[in-house]
Parts: sequence; C-alpha cells; structure tokens
Amino acid sequence: MRAIKVLERILATIPIMFGVAIMVFIFMRLTPGDPVDIMMGAGGAVGAGEIEQLRAEFHLDEPIHIQLWYFLRDAARGDLGNSYIKKRPTMELIAERLPATIELALGALFFALIIAFPIGILSAVKQNSWLDRFSMAGAFLGISMPAFWLGIVLILIFSVKLRWLPVQGRISYDVNLQEITGLYVVDSILTRNWPALKDALRHLILPSIALGAAVAAIVARVLRSSMLETLRADYVTLARAKGAPEHRVVLRHALRNALIPTVTVIGLQVGVLLGGNMIVETVFGWPGLGRLVVDAIFNRDFPLVQASVMVYAFTFVIANLIVDILYTYLNPKITL
Amino acid sequence: MTQEPLLELRNLTTVFPTRRGEVRAVESVNLSLAPGEVLGLVGESGCGKSTVLLSIMRLIRRPGHIAEGEIRFQGRDLRALSEGEMRRVRGREIAMIFQDPLSTLNPAFRVGDQIRESLRLHHIVDGRWPWPLDMGARRREKERVIQLMEEVGIPSPDARYKAYPHEFSGGMQQRALIAIALACEPRLILADEPTTALDVTIQAQILDLMKRINERRGTGIILVTHDLGVAAEFCHRIAVMYAGRIVEMGSVDEVIESPQHPYTQGLLDCIPRLGRERQPLSPIPGNVPDLATLPPGCSFAPRCPLARPVCESGPIPMVRLARDRRSRCLRHVDFAREQGWTWGTEYEISNQ
Ligand SMILES: Nc1ncnc2c1ncn2[C@@H]1O[C@H](COP(=O)(O)OP(=O)(O)OP(=O)(O)O)[C@@H](O)[C@H]1O
Ligand code: SF4
Ligand SMILES: [Mg+2]
Repeated sequence: MRAIKVLERILATIPIMFGVAIMVFIFMRLTPGDPVDIMMGAGGAVGAGEIEQLRAEFHLDEPIHIQLWYFLRDAARGDLGNSYIKKRPTMELIAERLPATIELALGALFFALIIAFPIGILSAVKQNSWLDRFSMAGAFLGISMPAFWLGIVLILIFSVKLRWLPVQGRISYDVNLQEITGLYVVDSILTRNWPALKDALRHLILPSIALGAAVAAIVARVLRSSMLETLRADYVTLARAKGAPEHRVVLRHALRNALIPTVTVIGLQVGVLLGGNMIVETVFGWPGLGRLVVDAIFNRDFPLVQASVMVYAFTFVIANLIVDILYTYLNPKITL
Repeated sequence: MTQEPLLELRNLTTVFPTRRGEVRAVESVNLSLAPGEVLGLVGESGCGKSTVLLSIMRLIRRPGHIAEGEIRFQGRDLRALSEGEMRRVRGREIAMIFQDPLSTLNPAFRVGDQIRESLRLHHIVDGRWPWPLDMGARRREKERVIQLMEEVGIPSPDARYKAYPHEFSGGMQQRALIAIALACEPRLILADEPTTALDVTIQAQILDLMKRINERRGTGIILVTHDLGVAAEFCHRIAVMYAGRIVEMGSVDEVIESPQHPYTQGLLDCIPRLGRERQPLSPIPGNVPDLATLPPGCSFAPRCPLARPVCESGPIPMVRLARDRRSRCLRHVDFAREQGWTWGTEYEISNQ
C-alpha cells in the first residue's frame, strides 16, 4: 500500500518538473541578454557568420514556441541538452555537482538538528529560565544573521586566525578518495579511508554551520513552542499520573507529539538548504550545484538552467516526500 | 469504621500565585476515606475539586503548590516522600482517571501500548531479563493488557490492542483509561469527572463499571463530579465543596435526604427528583466567587438565601453535627452554642 503511494508521489513529480522547466524556459528567453553575445564577448572578435552559425546550432533563430517544442521533445526522451558554454550534457554537469550540494545540505541539517533539539526541548522544559532566554536570544540572532557574513566570520576565526579548519573546498588535493556516491563522507566510510573521512569532515564543518545556523534557530523556536504546548497536554499529566519518570514524560510523551509540527518546518527548511546555498557555496568555494546555476544564469546558458531547475524541483519534492512519510509515522491520524 | 483510613487529608491547602494575587484553590480541606469506600466530591465548576485530586498525586503544576497540610495515604505522609518514592505511588498505589478521554490518551501511541506502559513502569510483570530482551515477560505483559481490556468491556481486545485513540469512541476511550488506572491494581482511584464528556447511556455504563471494580476489588474511589445526582447514586459518602473549602460532608443518605448547608440545599434543588418531578429546576442564583479575592466571612454569603450580616464578618467553623456529619454554616454554630457544645480544634465544633 505504502509503496504504491510512494511510487505515485514520485511519478507525480514529473509534471511538476516539466511545469517549472517550461516556466524557466520562457522567463529566461524573455529577460534581456543573449547567450551567443555573452559567449562571443568572452572570445573576442568573431565574424557575423560564426554568430549565425551558433544561433542556428542552438535553435535560437527560431520562434520561441518552436524552441519549446524541441526542448519538450528532447526532454521526453530523457535528453536535457548540452550546456552552451561547456558543450557537455547538462545532466553530466549536474551529476558532478549535485552530490556536493546534497552533502552540504545534509551536513547543515545535521548541525541544525543537533543544536536545535537539545535547545528547543530544554528551553521549553525550563521556560523563562536564563537558559531559555539566552537560547531564544541566540535563535533570534541566528535567524537575523546573513549566512555569508557568518561564513566569513567563521573562516576568519577558525581558518585564518586559529588555523583549525580549512578555508575552502570539499577535500584537500593530496587526499585520495575513490568516489562511489559522490558524498565524500559516505564514500570515505564505505572505502574505510579514515584520513579522507577526517579531511572531508574538516572541510564540511564551517560551511555546514554557516548554512545551518538559521535552520537551527528556526527549528529550535518551533520545537520550543510545540513542546510548551504538548507539555501542558492532558496526556502528559496522565503520563506523570502513571508514574513515568520526568525524562520519559518529556522525551516520549511530549516530544513525540511536538515533533509533528516540527517535522513540517524541517521539511520546508530542507528545501532552503538544497536550493538556497549559492552564497555559502561561493564563500567556501564549495563545488556544488548552486554556483553552477548562478554561473549558468549569468551566461544565459539556457539548457543548463532548465535542467538544474528540474533537478531542484525533483530533490525538493523527494525531500518533502520523505518528510510526509515520516509524518505518517509520527501522526497516526494521517495516511499518505 | 474503626480501621485505619486509606487516605486522610489534614488541613490541605493548595495555592496558585497569579497576577491578580494568590488563588487559594483548596483551603484547609479535611477528608478521610476508608478502604473500599467511594467518596463523592461535589461542587460547581472552579471550586477546587480537580486541585484536590492533583494535590493528592502531587501533580500541581508550578508555580502552584501545596502550601500546607498532610496527605496521609496508608499511614504515610505523601508530602514527605521524595520525588522518586512518589513516582512509585503514582499509578501503582493511586491511579487517576481524567475528564476528557480523548485528550488524555496520547494520540501518538497505540492504546494497548499505553495500557502496557503502566505495567512496565511499575514492573508489574516481572521477568528474568532486562525488559526488551525478555520475550516471555513481554508476552505476559501483552496478555495482561488484553485481559484488562476485556475486564473494562472493550470488545475484541486482540484487535483493539493496536488501535490508536482516535479510532476509539468516547466510551471506549474512557474504558481504556480505566484499564490504565486498573493496570497496577491500585488501592485508590481518583476519578475526575470521568463521565462528563460522555453521553448519558455511556455515562451509566462507565459508572457501572467503576462500581463493579469497587465492589470486586475493594478499590477506594474518590469521584469528582458536579452532578449530585450521579454522586447520590454511586457513592457511600459525599463531600460538598464550595470556593476551595468543604462545606458539608456526610453519608449519601444523610446529605441527600437532609442537607444541612444552604449550598447543598441549593444544589439539590437543581436536580429533578422522584416524587417532585413537576418542580422547576432552580439553579442557585449568582456566580462562584473569585478565589483570589475571597471575603473574610462565608464565601457563599452573596448567594445564600439565609445569609445574615454576621455571616460576612469572619471565618465560619466546621460544625460536627454527628459522627461523620459536618457542615460549615453559622446557623449550626448558633445551634451548637444553644446546646452548649465545646469548641474543638481547627475551627471545629463538636458535641463530643
Ligand atoms: N494552574 C492554575 N493557575 C491558576 N489558577 C488555577 C490553576 N489551576 C486551577 N486554578 C484555579 O483554581 C480553582 C479551582 O480549579 P479546579 O480545576 O480545581 O476546579 P474544579 O472544581 O475542578 O472545576 P471544574 O469542574 O471546572 O473542573 C479555579 O478557580 C481555577 O481558576
Ligand atoms: S454562614 Fe451564613 S451565608 Fe454562609 S451558608 Fe450559612 S447562612 Fe448562608
Ligand atoms: Mg476539574
């Protein structure tokens, strides 16, 4: 039953992906700036014939609806075209970059959750204590601090001044790692390459914090307020009346129900972590999808932008699907 | 009734500090309950009935606290116990049933597991191995849960074990809560308006079930209700509360047949009774007073048809009119003076 529902949901992403791709397709062509001009601008003086030839090659000389038709026809066959600039299949370019983005998003999520859970739970249990006030002030700071600024500060402190952690990149040049999944932490564990694991983790820490800080703050606040609510619920009083020790009352009876609204918010934040990390990737020289897309937009590399957006839509929907599945476990009243 | 009481409240006072001042939700309550006895705690909404029960369990939410008094349960003062010792009393020796069954069951867990939690918390089914490893103990626990569900009248308990609370009807939810309360075979059950949220036929079934439990197992019960009719049918003794104090106490027959306190008389006029069905219901005029700003005298004075100016001048003592028969009204004080009764302790006047 559940498996069928999950499959349905995955299949339902296909029209969504095409929908966003068509929108991006049209918007990109309506905004000023011509890809061939931009390419030629970089290459110096060229003849008019060459420009025409490139236009024809990319079908840019044809009306927009014909171009769209070509795009949809190829996409339906699974071909999302070649990048104008890099002259390689867009899916290949994305596949190279996507693992880095996912790894950073997971790192940031992990950081956010290990910070947010203890803080959210403790500040609800000790409402109005100094710990609560201090944490919520911190959360306010976490939400209002721009990620690039936090990233730069972290680099200045931990990389430049203290020299504890690397400044840039995913892994050091002198470390060898056999790629399997493209997630370096996972790959180094799979290949039992402990030096690589250490190196990859050291690279992952600062960008994860920079990207995850705001998420940690948001999740901590939501968790705190839902815990405040569930801690007052009748079923929590019953748990105490049954003789349950306080840690069980809080971590089982109250937390389990407080997770329901919290997981919804985490699900939304996962989308932000996957799709909103261009700035952090830039600050930390992280070779992820975000920077690829930003470059593609500036270069008017239409196929690459379209394909990336489709991938974003797909990962976003999958992340939400995972959250929804989790949700049905937490809330027995809901089925998928 | 010469045996030691199961529960005895002495001078219990519970307060909630609020912005408007200290709410004295329970004020100098004296109560005792014999083993196997059913006591009805009756009064209008907000008079402190739930607070009495939660005080017994020591579950008053901070900043509220028990300010004074003793809670003697089987000879021990519960207030003197450590939190850990108190936890072993909760659920094991004193269990509680609440008003709204749906919000009292945890929506995230299966009903059967919630009943089983009580067993596990107090190691009712003992096994040789640490709990998760001991398959035998786990099986026996589950059997015991199913037996409990049967006992409280949940049909096809095997199938219902895995159901979630929202899949139960209100009556079934309350039965599940009673099963939770019964799980450790407590000596005392505190039932806080267990039938208020249910419709009338289910109400009768649940009361019937509780009565059977009381008779079969000799479990003492304090039944909180705002319905004197329910109390009359179900209890051995009745204590009537008003504004945090007990104003009248006695056996069911005495309180119902010859109420002494004007408030009890007012409550009785509210329920239709056999033989005088034609009479219109007459709810007591006026409202429950604000517990943060209680007047010095009788708190019922503003609503009392028999009130005199002296009623408002100072605290009214509880007058013991006969053995186990008390009422807190100035009229009894006058009567006692006429009879030449002696002043007892704790604002109590008695003829002994
Ligand atoms: N946590 C609290 N903070 C402040 N005041 C409280 C709190 N709990 C109860 N009170 C006050 O104590 C008084 C008694 O409340 P309690 O719940 O014991 O009444 P009750 O007799 O059980 O009423 P009901 O029939 O409505 O359940 C009420 O006036 C209420 O306002
Ligand atoms: S003391 Fe006075 S006001 Fe209070 S119940 Fe008795 S007669 Fe009424
Ligand atoms: Mg109540």
